[in-house]
Amino acid sequence: MAKMVPLPSRGMVPERDIGKAPILEATHLGIEFGGLKAVDDFDLTVGRTEIAGLIGPNGAGKTTVFNLLTKVYQPTSGTVLLDGKDTHGMSAIQVNKAGIARTFQNIRLFNNLTVEDNVKIGMHNHIKYNTISGILRLPKYWIEENRAHEKALSLLEIFDMQHLAEHKAGSLPYGAQRRLEIVRALATEPKLLLLDEPAAGMNPSETAELMDNIRKIRDTFNIAILLIEHDMRLVMGICEGIAVLNYGKIIAKGSPEEIQNNQTVIEAYLGKKKEG
Amino acid sequence: MLFLSYLISGISLGSIYAIIALGYTMVYGIAKMLNFAHGDVIMVGGYICFFACSYYGLHPLVGIVMAMVVCTVLGILIDRFAYKPLRQAPALAVLITAIGMSYFLQNSAQLLWGSGSRVFSSVIGKGSFSFFDGQLTINYLTVVTIVVCIVIMVGLVWFINQTKRGKAMRACSEDKGAAQLMGINVDNTISLTFAIGSALAAIAGVLLCSAYPLLNPTTGMMPGIKAFTAAVFGGIGSIPGALVGGLLLGIIEIFAKAYLSTQFSDAIVFAVLIIVLLVKPTGLLGKKINEKV
Repeated sequence: MAKMVPLPSRGMVPERDIGKAPILEATHLGIEFGGLKAVDDFDLTVGRTEIAGLIGPNGAGKTTVFNLLTKVYQPTSGTVLLDGKDTHGMSAIQVNKAGIARTFQNIRLFNNLTVEDNVKIGMHNHIKYNTISGILRLPKYWIEENRAHEKALSLLEIFDMQHLAEHKAGSLPYGAQRRLEIVRALATEPKLLLLDEPAAGMNPSETAELMDNIRKIRDTFNIAILLIEHDMRLVMGICEGIAVLNYGKIIAKGSPEEIQNNQTVIEAYLGKKKEG
Repeated sequence: MLFLSYLISGISLGSIYAIIALGYTMVYGIAKMLNFAHGDVIMVGGYICFFACSYYGLHPLVGIVMAMVVCTVLGILIDRFAYKPLRQAPALAVLITAIGMSYFLQNSAQLLWGSGSRVFSSVIGKGSFSFFDGQLTINYLTVVTIVVCIVIMVGLVWFINQTKRGKAMRACSEDKGAAQLMGINVDNTISLTFAIGSALAAIAGVLLCSAYPLLNPTTGMMPGIKAFTAAVFGGIGSIPGALVGGLLLGIIEIFAKAYLSTQFSDAIVFAVLIIVLLVKPTGLLGKKINEKV
């Protein structure tokens, strides 16, 4: 486990990432829906190769944070720096090209496309041939499609799914669909991967395998991963830094040990002890 | 023998409906809207080819290519200026805009080219194949129409399944939000769909006017509505459905004309549609939609 270096305001970057520019710096990020502050004054820094966790009770605004980072919603306040670049005014497509990819809490695969084609959709902006070469099947088409095919299979190999390449995504079992979503997100070549409840609905052995795979992804691709998860074994097991969200506000930040012993966090999850 | 001859003209007419229906079905599949101006794009295609060939004496192939180019641009412009501002609007607003667009195109054509009918000269040479000692004749146009339809179908299915833009189209038809978050430009994908649909409408326009040579600003109306019917018949959103729906509609129409009543042929066609939809509401090849409860 990497040692935490306390930084007063935005502090939970693992040691090896200190001194390098963080991949993500969100400051005072917030969004209002008709007067309701769904996320308010959200500060978070994620290191270059950090695995960070975002936890909190149901309805705390965790997925909303993901939607703000990926520009599903435009924030009403605050800034998000991705690799030092301000993402203000960017569209969902632009932040994806800039390096953020995500999975979804409720799986959103393209069910009628094959597993391989789902991955290739992720690679869309990295497959370089135009519509005309596509229609006329010029050499460029074949070169690029073959390259895409190889790449898609090698990505599927991470989860040992290459034998499923020809299956329809909708026909896969639940766990495999979750894994495919991660592969599809990785195919967009992100610098920061957002995983929204990757272990939801998985059994303990599947979850253990997923933990290994998340570490493997970080080590192989040298990217940062920010994940939302309710499974505390996973969060405490792989996250180097954890931020806790409640009612749209960050109530604690720190290492897994610090979070586990934080009184405010315990109250947010379990409620206050009654006095007297 | 007569039966066979009717069947072949039915397939030929159905091929034209199928090509038009593709435009409806693709746009519906991706933009989830009914582009009622599609029929009028056919008419524009017909006029462009008419002027190129009959006025300026260009080669029919040049005329067809010109019609395709003009219609492609027209399709993209219609989407850009009429439909794109309404992407988030309720379906009804878009539908009414589409009907408005249809009248706009018809009236523009009337203003530009007059309301009188023009006689379109077929782009395919007159002549026919003869079988069974002349008992069965099939003219060149019929053969060309069917071949063109097959080529378009094969090409389109290949494009949709094997190229990255085609796959992006399928992804957008399933989940635009997720597609966007994977870096796919949904607006460009919708534009491409309109472009392809309109280029096909131009081809259909030329084939249609070659078979039924009277061209006027409302030429596109009836074939447009019938092709829309064909798309619904086959299952709107489905490309094989457009082919099946188009062919069946064409065959039913010709048979109804031949054996039942010429005046009532359209009524019979639509009655069949009603029966099919009563039995199978999603159309022949339409997918069942599972509503989440």
